[in-house]
Amino acid sequence: MADEHEQHASIGTYTVIYAWLVILMLVTIGAWVLNLGAFNILIALTIAIVKAILVIMYFMHVKYSGRMVWVFSGAAFLWLGIMLALTMSDYLSRKWVPRRLSDRPVAHLFKS
Amino acid sequence: MLEAHAHANPHVAHQFDDAPQQRSAATLGMWAFLATEVMFFGGLFLCYTVYRASYHDAFSQASHHLNVWLGGFNTVVLLTSSYTMALAVHYARAGDRQRLIRYLWFTILLGSVFLVIKAYEWSTEIHHGLLPGDHFNRDLYSREIELFYVGYFAMTSLHATHMIVGLGILLTLVWMARRGTFTRDYNTPVDMSGLYWHFVDVVWIFLFPLLYLIH
Repeated sequence: MADEHEQHASIGTYTVIYAWLVILMLVTIGAWVLNLGAFNILIALTIAIVKAILVIMYFMHVKYSGRMVWVFSGAAFLWLGIMLALTMSDYLSRKWVPRRLSDRPVAHLFKS
Repeated sequence: MLEAHAHANPHVAHQFDDAPQQRSAATLGMWAFLATEVMFFGGLFLCYTVYRASYHDAFSQASHHLNVWLGGFNTVVLLTSSYTMALAVHYARAGDRQRLIRYLWFTILLGSVFLVIKAYEWSTEIHHGLLPGDHFNRDLYSREIELFYVGYFAMTSLHATHMIVGLGILLTLVWMARRGTFTRDYNTPVDMSGLYWHFVDVVWIFLFPLLYLIH
């Protein structure tokens, strides 16, 4: 039964990846406890992306799969990226995202 | 004419040349579905991102009412369930029926633990008047904080719904496995269910820091 999935992860590999996932999770919480100011969101998201990549590559076998699987899985996140990048650049370029709660440029829309 | 397409392997549907091609088709189909799921959750993440950027201080305040330790514990529970699911798929491919069923049960157990903890978290949040709508405590919390909780409850309940569906799928797999449906030659449903389960885990991997770990 030769198929493109023939060579895939061993139990040992799964265990190592799992260990890393838990370690990275603890690092995320550690960073939160330390409170590094502006770096908080950057660290948290970077670690989350690394964890997601580990799950996708190893648990979801993408690393061992053919090119079409790479295309399909890559496309999913590419489209997500387009949605996030274009929408946020729209908001940010129109100054619709205030730096502080107090200087909301659209404050007049929230009169209750 | 039909005989020309008959397969020695009864699990290969007639439109496929062989089992590997069938598995490829299933995998791509599953990924196409997961791509729609990424956009589904992605829309909510986008919405949350815009409002969080707009009302960062209020969102930070709102986040403090969430229990980071329960959320963190739940994250470990889900990561572990992904691990047990990966092992279940591994044993399915090896034709090890006993271990496949065992690891499916572990995954179901961990998924259930996650949901119980989540339900407990929600009950405390609702008790504190944080459920958006008529019962939201507007005397204590601002409209922006209510907005955070709209995002929180929408995203976590959508995620929980996916988990419940996932548990249903896993239970179905257990039932199928016990009837001897899965062998070394045919275990695609387990594999595909694994992809779904891991995806739900990846969603939580992003939900946890974005919702719970704001400063």
